[in-house]
Amino acid sequence: MKAAQAMTECLKREGVKDIFGYPGAAICPFYDALVGSGIRHILVREEQNAAHAASGYARVTGKPAVCVATSGPGATNLITGIATAYSDSVPMVAITGQVVSELLGRDVFQEADITGAVEPFVKHSYLVKNAEDIPRIFKEAFYIAGTGRPGPVLIDVPMDVQNKEIEFSYPESVSIRGYKPSVKGHPLQIKRVISAIKEAKKPIICAGGGLFATGAREELRRLAETCHIPVITTMMGIGAIPTAHPLHYGMLGTHGRRVANTAVNESDLLILIGARVGDRAVTAPGTLQQRTKIIHIDIDPAEIGKNMEAQIPLVGDARIILNQILDAFEGDSCGGHEEWIETLNALKAKEPVQESYPDGSINPKAFLRKLSAHTEEDCVVVADVGQNQIWTANYFEVKKGRLLTTGGMGTMGYSVGAAEGVKTALPDTQVIAVCGDGSFQMQMMELGTICQHHIPVKIIVMKNNRLGMVRELQKNMYHENYSGVDLTGSPDFVKIAQAYGIESMRISRAEEEEKAVQTLLQSAGPFLLECDVSPEESTL
Amino acid sequence: MKRTISILVENHPGVLSRISGLFSRRSFNIESLAVGVTEDSTMSRITIVVDGSDYTVEQVEKQLNKLIDVIKLKTLEPDELISRELMLVKVAAGADNRGDIINIAKVMDAKICDITRTTMTIEASETTEKLDNMLEILRPYGIREVVRTGTIATQKGSDTINTKK
Repeated sequence: MKAAQAMTECLKREGVKDIFGYPGAAICPFYDALVGSGIRHILVREEQNAAHAASGYARVTGKPAVCVATSGPGATNLITGIATAYSDSVPMVAITGQVVSELLGRDVFQEADITGAVEPFVKHSYLVKNAEDIPRIFKEAFYIAGTGRPGPVLIDVPMDVQNKEIEFSYPESVSIRGYKPSVKGHPLQIKRVISAIKEAKKPIICAGGGLFATGAREELRRLAETCHIPVITTMMGIGAIPTAHPLHYGMLGTHGRRVANTAVNESDLLILIGARVGDRAVTAPGTLQQRTKIIHIDIDPAEIGKNMEAQIPLVGDARIILNQILDAFEGDSCGGHEEWIETLNALKAKEPVQESYPDGSINPKAFLRKLSAHTEEDCVVVADVGQNQIWTANYFEVKKGRLLTTGGMGTMGYSVGAAEGVKTALPDTQVIAVCGDGSFQMQMMELGTICQHHIPVKIIVMKNNRLGMVRELQKNMYHENYSGVDLTGSPDFVKIAQAYGIESMRISRAEEEEKAVQTLLQSAGPFLLECDVSPEESTL
Repeated sequence: MKRTISILVENHPGVLSRISGLFSRRSFNIESLAVGVTEDSTMSRITIVVDGSDYTVEQVEKQLNKLIDVIKLKTLEPDELISRELMLVKVAAGADNRGDIINIAKVMDAKICDITRTTMTIEASETTEKLDNMLEILRPYGIREVVRTGTIATQKGSDTINTKK
C-alpha cells in the first residue's frame, strides 16, 4: 500500500470521519489518497481555521480531531491554531506535508522546520523518516493527543515518504515507555479530601475545562448536590454545571462575577477541579493560598503547585476521582453549609442586572440573555475573544449544551472556525458563533467554507467599530489615549454575507431583538446577525 | 541551590532540543548539561545541573516528565551522588615552570596529555568544585583554553536510576 493511503487508512481506523485542511504540493500524495477514502475533507479558507475547526470538533466529540496543511507557510499558519488547542488542552492531530527528505535542511521552496517551530505548543510531534513507521506513529499520536491531559500532536510527513510503498498493519495497542498518565486518585488523598469537605464550613468548588475533557459534568453536579457545595467556574469551565443551577455562582476572575470572586475569597475550602489557576482566574494566588485550604484535582501533575500551592494535591482523571469521592460519601450526606449558601445567594440577588438601552444600539448583555431564552437546551455557543467573550461568558445561559471559547490563548478569530467544527460533528445541534467586528474580520473568509460545505452555523457580530476591549483598557489605564482601536473602514457585514448568499440582518434597537433571534434560530442555512453596539458599552 | 537531575530519554534525534527548549522557554537556568548513550542503546542519559529554589526544581522535574521522550527522571540528592566532570586545560608552560605544573597535576590526580614548547594540556576528571579549584591554582601560569564536559552523576551504592523504591 502507498504510504499516503496508509495515512488515510490510519485515520479511518481511528474513527475519523471529517478532517479540516488546505492542500499544497507537499501534502498532495495524501490528498490524492483522500479521494474515495470515505473521509470528508472540509476546505477551509486559511489554515489557522482548520486547527480551530478541529478544536471545535474535538471539544464536542471528546476525541482527537484532525487538521491538515502543506509544508512551509501552510504549516506555520497552523501554529496559532495549534497553540490555541494546546492552551485549552484540546485533543488534536495536525498532519503537515514536508519537502522531500533529501532536501530537508536546504531551505528549499516552502520548507519550514515545523516540528521545531511548533515544539512549545504541542504535546508531542513526529517527523516521519521511515514510511513503515506511519501506522505506529499515527496510533501513538491519537493515543497521546486523547489521553491524560489532552493536547495537540503534530505529524510532519515528507512528500517522498508519503509516496513510498509499505506493508500496512495497524497496531492494536501502543506502548510508550515515557508516557503513562495516571488516572485514579491516590486512596489516601481521597480520604483527606473527604475529611476536608466534612470539616469545611464555607467550601467552594471551582470547576475548570478539565471536567469537559473527561466528561464529568454529571459527577460534578452530584458532588455539589450531595455535599451542598456551591460551584463557580473558570472561563473554560462555564457550563460544567448548568448556569441556572441553584448552586452555581458564575465565573470567577478579573472578568468574572462579583459573587464568584467573593465566594473564593471568603471560602475556607477551595476545591479546584481540572482548573489550572490561570492569572485571569486567580490574580493573587499567593494571598489566596494563605487564606483558604486548597484541594487541587488535576490530571497534569505539573499544574499542581505551579501557580498556587495546594494542601491536598490529587493527581488523576477528574471523572474517576469524583466517582471515588462520591462512593466514599455513599449514603452519607454532608450538610451544614446553609448559612454559607444563603450568604452567597444574598450576594447573587444583589448583583445589578443591566437593562439599559442606549439610543440606536443593542445592549449585548441583555441580548445574550434573550438569545439564551430562545436557544435549544443543547445549543453550543462559541464565543470569540474580546468584550464579546466576556459578555457571552457572563450572560449566556448554558443548559445542557456548551459554551466554547479559548480561555488560555485568547485567540481572536477562533469562533467561526470552531463553530464550523462543532456543527460538522453535531449537524443536528444549534451552533452559534458570537464575535466582535474585530475578531470577525480575522475570520471573515470562513463564510466561504460554511457555504461550500453547507455548514449552517449562526454568526452574531457585535459591532461597535472598535476593538472594544483594548479601547476600554486604554480608557481606564491610558487616560483615554486611544491608539489603534478604531475599525473605520470595515465593510457592511450584512452585505458581505449576502455576497456569499448567506441570510443576514442588522439590528440596533431592543424592539428588534426578539424577531431577529427567532429569524436567526429558525433559518435553515447559515445566518449572520449584526448587532450594533455602543463603543461605550462596558465589558462587565 | 544547585541540584543534579538525571534523565533517561529515548535515544532519538530531536530529544535534546526538546529538553533544552523547555529550559529556555520556562526560564530555568541550566548550569551544565551532559548527554551520552546508556547500557541500553535505545536510551540516552542526560545529566543536568540546575540552579534554583525547591519550587524551580520541582517545576523542572514535572515539566520534564511531561515530555513523551523522557522515560525516567531522578533528582540526586547532593550527599548521595557521585559526580564527575572531565576538563581539558591548556596552560602556558615553558622550561622554567613545567615542573611546577607537573607537580600540581600530580597532586590533583590529573594527567598531562599533551606538551609543547610553550604549553601543557592537562586532563582532569573530578567534581566541579575540585576542577574550579585546580583552575584557580593554574591561573597564575596563564590559562590558554578550558574545555569542560559538564557534570555526569550517579547515585552512591548499588541502586540505579531504575531501582524502584
